[in-house]
Amino acid sequence: MIHSLFLVNASGDIFLEKHWKSVVSRSVCDYFFEALERATEPENVPPVIPTPHHYLINVLRHRIYFVAVIQSEVPPLFVIEFLHRVVDTFQDYFGVCTEAAIKDNVVVVYELLEEMLDNGFPLATESNILKELIKPPTILRTVVNTITGSTNVGEQLPTGQLSVVPWRRTGVKYTNNEAYFDVVEEIDAIIDKSGSTITAEIQGVVDACVKLTGMPDLTLSFMNPRLLDDVSFHPCVRFKRWEAERILSFIPPDGNFRLLSYHVSSQNLVAIPVYVKHNISFREGSSQGRFELTLGPKQTMGKAVESVLVSSQLPRGVLNANLNASQGTYTFDPVTKLLSWDVGKINPQKLPSLKGSVSLQAGAFKPDENPTINIQFKIQQLAISGLKVNRLDMYGEKYKPFKGIKYMTKAGKFQVRT
Amino acid sequence: MLGMSANSVSYNEQGSVESGVDAAQENSNISGGGGGGAAFSLFSADCKKNEDLKEMLENNKESLKLEAMKRIVGLIAKGKNASELFPAVVKNVASKNIELKKLVYVYLVRYAEEQQDLALLSISTFQRALKDPNQLIRASALRVLSSIRVPIIVPIMMLAIKESSTDLSPYVRKTAAHAIQKLYSLDPDQKEHLIEVIEKLLKDKSTLVAGSVVMAFEEVCPDRIDLIHKNYRKLCNMLVDVEEWGQVVIIHMLTRYARTQFVSPWGEDAVFDENNEKTFYDSEEERRADESKPYVMDPDHRLLLRNTKPLLQSRNTAVVMAVSQLYWHLAPKHEISIVTKSLVRLLRSHREVQYVVLQNIATMSIQRKGMFEPFMKSFYVRSTDATHIKTLKLEILTNLANEANISTILREFQTYVKSQDKAFAAATIQAIGRCATDISEVTDTCLNGLVLLLSNRDETVVAESVVVIKKLLQTQPSQHSDIIKHMAKLFDNITVPMARASILWLMGEYCEHVPKIAPDVLRKMAKTFTSEEDIVKLQIVNLAAKLYLTNSKQTKLLTQYILNLGKYDQNYDIRDRTRFIRQLIVPNEKSGALSKYARRILMAPKPAPVLQSAFKDRDRYQLGTLSHSLNSYATGYLELSNWPPVAPDQSVRNVEVVEPVTEALASALGKSKHAKSDEKFYSGSEEEEEEEEEEGSSSEDSSSSSGESESESKSEENSDDSNKSSSSQSEKSSSESDTDKKKTQKNKKLHQQKPASKDRKLKNGKAANDESRSGSESDSESSSSESSSESGSQSELDSNSDSGTDQKRKTKSKPVQSKPVTNAEKKEVSLLDLDDFSPVPVSTPKSSILSPSLLSDLQGLSISSSASALQASSPVFVPETSHELLHRMTGKGLSAQYRFTRQPCIYGNSMVSLQLTLSNNSEQALENIHISEKSSSGQNIHRFSAIERLEPQASATVSMGVDFNDSTQAAHFQLCTKEDEFSVSIQPAVGELLLPITMSEADFTKEQGKLVGMNESSATITTTPENISSQSVNRNVVSAANLGVIPSNQENIHRFAGKTVSSGSLVLVSVAPKDPDALITVNTEKSVIASMLLRQFKTALTNITP
Repeated sequence: MIHSLFLVNASGDIFLEKHWKSVVSRSVCDYFFEALERATEPENVPPVIPTPHHYLINVLRHRIYFVAVIQSEVPPLFVIEFLHRVVDTFQDYFGVCTEAAIKDNVVVVYELLEEMLDNGFPLATESNILKELIKPPTILRTVVNTITGSTNVGEQLPTGQLSVVPWRRTGVKYTNNEAYFDVVEEIDAIIDKSGSTITAEIQGVVDACVKLTGMPDLTLSFMNPRLLDDVSFHPCVRFKRWEAERILSFIPPDGNFRLLSYHVSSQNLVAIPVYVKHNISFREGSSQGRFELTLGPKQTMGKAVESVLVSSQLPRGVLNANLNASQGTYTFDPVTKLLSWDVGKINPQKLPSLKGSVSLQAGAFKPDENPTINIQFKIQQLAISGLKVNRLDMYGEKYKPFKGIKYMTKAGKFQVRT
Repeated sequence: MLGMSANSVSYNEQGSVESGVDAAQENSNISGGGGGGAAFSLFSADCKKNEDLKEMLENNKESLKLEAMKRIVGLIAKGKNASELFPAVVKNVASKNIELKKLVYVYLVRYAEEQQDLALLSISTFQRALKDPNQLIRASALRVLSSIRVPIIVPIMMLAIKESSTDLSPYVRKTAAHAIQKLYSLDPDQKEHLIEVIEKLLKDKSTLVAGSVVMAFEEVCPDRIDLIHKNYRKLCNMLVDVEEWGQVVIIHMLTRYARTQFVSPWGEDAVFDENNEKTFYDSEEERRADESKPYVMDPDHRLLLRNTKPLLQSRNTAVVMAVSQLYWHLAPKHEISIVTKSLVRLLRSHREVQYVVLQNIATMSIQRKGMFEPFMKSFYVRSTDATHIKTLKLEILTNLANEANISTILREFQTYVKSQDKAFAAATIQAIGRCATDISEVTDTCLNGLVLLLSNRDETVVAESVVVIKKLLQTQPSQHSDIIKHMAKLFDNITVPMARASILWLMGEYCEHVPKIAPDVLRKMAKTFTSEEDIVKLQIVNLAAKLYLTNSKQTKLLTQYILNLGKYDQNYDIRDRTRFIRQLIVPNEKSGALSKYARRILMAPKPAPVLQSAFKDRDRYQLGTLSHSLNSYATGYLELSNWPPVAPDQSVRNVEVVEPVTEALASALGKSKHAKSDEKFYSGSEEEEEEEEEEGSSSEDSSSSSGESESESKSEENSDDSNKSSSSQSEKSSSESDTDKKKTQKNKKLHQQKPASKDRKLKNGKAANDESRSGSESDSESSSSESSSESGSQSELDSNSDSGTDQKRKTKSKPVQSKPVTNAEKKEVSLLDLDDFSPVPVSTPKSSILSPSLLSDLQGLSISSSASALQASSPVFVPETSHELLHRMTGKGLSAQYRFTRQPCIYGNSMVSLQLTLSNNSEQALENIHISEKSSSGQNIHRFSAIERLEPQASATVSMGVDFNDSTQAAHFQLCTKEDEFSVSIQPAVGELLLPITMSEADFTKEQGKLVGMNESSATITTTPENISSQSVNRNVVSAANLGVIPSNQENIHRFAGKTVSSGSLVLVSVAPKDPDALITVNTEKSVIASMLLRQFKTALTNITP
């Protein structure tokens, strides 16, 4: 299956290689570099690249290309999913997944890759199992290891590997037993020129951080599970129970994990929490264009809209922008033509606005299209779909855990066409 | 890397004084060799460093060795050569330090191929490690041994694989499965031996091994389909529990397998759905009805579809895609659409995932628009999408276009055309062209839109528009001479060669429609001929020739001039063409017979080009594969075979049962009214078997839940048995006539088996010991409290397999039950540790129901069937009252009444069974009475099959099932006749949402004890003594709600038990009269139901006088 893996950084250097079968020369990446050159944007590199003897499947995360070398037929998603899982694991271990972090922890990276794949076939990808095999590096542990001569590598087969709950390690002990659940919803929307919604849908996830002693068995129920149109679960969730009763019943992995991701049917009208008033115009023949943006909250159920960030890819003909923000700061990159405006919190009494003019290249034609505006925002303590957790119960253990639920709404791919 | 090693080295410094000196030295070396490096030449630095490493490795201190290995691994990671350290490294292979050992392994695997002789030094270490008591060490030794690609050790590897494949630890067996592939790639001659190992491992019952061995199978011997037969059902059943990567591989393999073993479900009249399948197990009559149908799905085929379906909810995108492609290639056409939602969900994932999924959706959407049309908006393009994502989305939108949505799509396209990404804009124009040809209604609109685009400033947009317009005009040229004129006017401004060539071609082709302009254009072209691109030149020659033929008066000279220019062109194509044209059109003495036909040759009506999707033929590749993604055969692609015209023998998948423990036990417990034997499995009347299985298993659980750990071994067999019976189903249906004979056989068997049963029990005991792990688990669990035991095994149980439920359905669906059937509700099943793929839900809702005394009864083999824990019973009372569904006035003559039959519904476990009486009060016959497909409310409704014709004044009775989901919300649906539709609704009384249960009084009290607190609601009513006489209470309660009466010793308390239809939650009711009051208590988890029931009982017990 997966023959080799090359990590390529943004400047096109291979900084790590790992082979699971015979060594494949790194010259195979030349085909990848060719594709990289052809692509105008880093994202435009095709994920699957055929070469005369191999196939290269790559994913781009954190500005690092993970290039897997394949020699024969294999479902491409299999490889892609695995590569993303590798990135997730690195992130889990090192906090960030950057070139520097990988280089600093090259031994752990190697040990991880060795455990995750055997002969190119995934062996252990559950973070709970991996953490028993290879302990994540911490400064304290490094010190202790150096003094005592103990190692970061587990000597026993992780119990999870063989049990019916492979995602949970055994013998978990905490003094404070806590279980936190974050319901995070993202609104994907396209708003047209006149402010009407072309398409809007809500994608949500329930992320959990569970630190409970022993083998707790949790059930989580929603007030209104019918809202959920399509769901996918962490393997720990008992599917049958959900089918029958719409209750999430599971033995959680230890630590952070994504319990559930869901989709709220687009038939339900999606509340759009912000509106944008815009007036962007370029006049034919003139080298100036007008640019006005005003943001305002709507349908936010009384919650504040925070961390608002507006970005827009201005047309190529734009030379510079001379704007005035009533709130926050804006930047314009004359090379990439990317305008971004960090608004912060929207104050309903005094709506933030960005006004001014943009200068166009002399003699350039008026751009055909006005730029689209991408908006990021966050609303705390609100799940925009109205989803509510009813209760969380724990069985199987005697102690009383501390339970917490947090709601948040974010903008996903939120675009306003102007 | 360097940073870290430096770091730990300096820790070293602090830690131990002796090593401090070395370490400091190291430190300086690192900065010299790796970081600063400028002063040293690269070579010397490398060499020197390696010397140091060698020294460190030869040192006695573990920490130094480890440090050296870490740095060597760093070198490997960077792709630097560290092979010269091999001798120094290999010495450490036997190190006690696990981390050091692992790093040495990493090194060995990387370099052993290059240093084969030295690598041999390490072999004995691995051989020793293979015998280590620690399974992790055994496994990693095998991993490394099989990974060092040294041909000399092939026999050793073979031996190790063979040994490990029988290891007790499934983890080691999994590693062995991986090793098979490695050995095969090293030495393909070992194939035959390896296949033997694969065959053995395929039989393995561990979910851990399954994925890996199937992977090995796919790599080594994908053509040996025969190895799969016996394991097919097992693989299907354990699929949910296999780790996600294994699932992908197994699903792909099973897809291929199914295409060779089952007949196509895509026949013209394959009207097959889930419901059909349920009835198909039912009574003889229905079975016969099924036989008359042209296509009946093989139960194994259905098993695969059913067991893969839950995986659509997986978080792993590859699994979801694998299931989707399985449905696409195997499911009946109307079932495929269940994968849509999940695929659309994947579009939210990473860019790369989107890319692959969109490719597959593009292929699917060509053949089946309907699947994705409701999700059209999910394919709208965002400006932030990568270009290849944008074009794929465009492709899909175009595929989805139809008359109904084309206006929406075109409006969306308008936005895209203006996109700053010009390549994308051009692709959009192509897409508009395709929409225009596909949907004739919008051809004109599209053409007009495209003509507008001709005045766009961007050249690529204009050029693309011209090309597309050219194609469109070809389909209907006559009406569009003005468009051609318009394009002629634009001609001067267009510089893109392809576009210019297209316009010229149009001029020539339709020169008769634009007789004035065409010669003028030719005149202009004659002037610029030399500076044109080649394709334009060719078209100029073309145009000249055509004009010469149609309008030679005006263009003769021009044509000759152009032909002369062409004759001396640099490009030989153009010279050739010119020579050819001249011979063809200009008459001279030499010209042959051809010139007579010149006009017919050049001006022949040409077929319009077909604008079609690039994904048109992609479906020749299996979806989800690399080949499909690339649209070319990838190495190792295994073609999906066509459906066989006749299904191969399906009995090959039957699995031999070694010990028919189940039946033995059943008879041993004295429960089996019909005992049976092995042979009977393949031939006997199956319903009885089914029932026996049920009973066998239920009694099993009761026993095992109370402490006997037999469940695992038996349930396995159970699964085999039941599978078999379902597969032999169709055979059986054809051999109904045999049934009688079989019955007599059976009776004989009964006598034979009883004596045997006791030793079998003993054997069970042994089997249970083998499975000591699970055994002890179930022991402890069942003894501990309910909540804790739920945790242990529920996940397993939940995922057990649907086949169990289905078989349940089968048994339950017999409307009249001679014997009570166990009421094992799957989702509440709790405490037992079961094997992964027991299909029979082997527990009762609350397993602790069984009292110890009951257990002793069980062991004493004296228990009668009526004493088993929870049994669904037939309703005590069936109300005759029917409710109006549709009045004849509103129904235009059609009237409908419904009543609750209080029987378990034959259509589904969670449905309430209803009887509908339809009568025709009108003058003429009503035709095609049915329930429309669209149900307006959320309930799941099983429709009755349409009544073809209802004569005037006639009436018909049909039955249907509604899943009210344990709520009294009315079910709304449309009752349709041929002409009309009436919306009607059924509102169930809360009492109808229950099914009666019988249980012993002791059980009742116990269960009640568990459902206290929140789950208990009670009320006191004042009533008359007559009303609370035991008869009247009983009557009133059972008529108000479908509950079973619990026989009671206590005179003054009346107890009733039932369960909710959908979720199967227990509902316990007790009425304790205390003159003149009475206390009604309802215990159930469903508090809403409880309060409603309470209200109902209040009225029932106060108002009604006897």
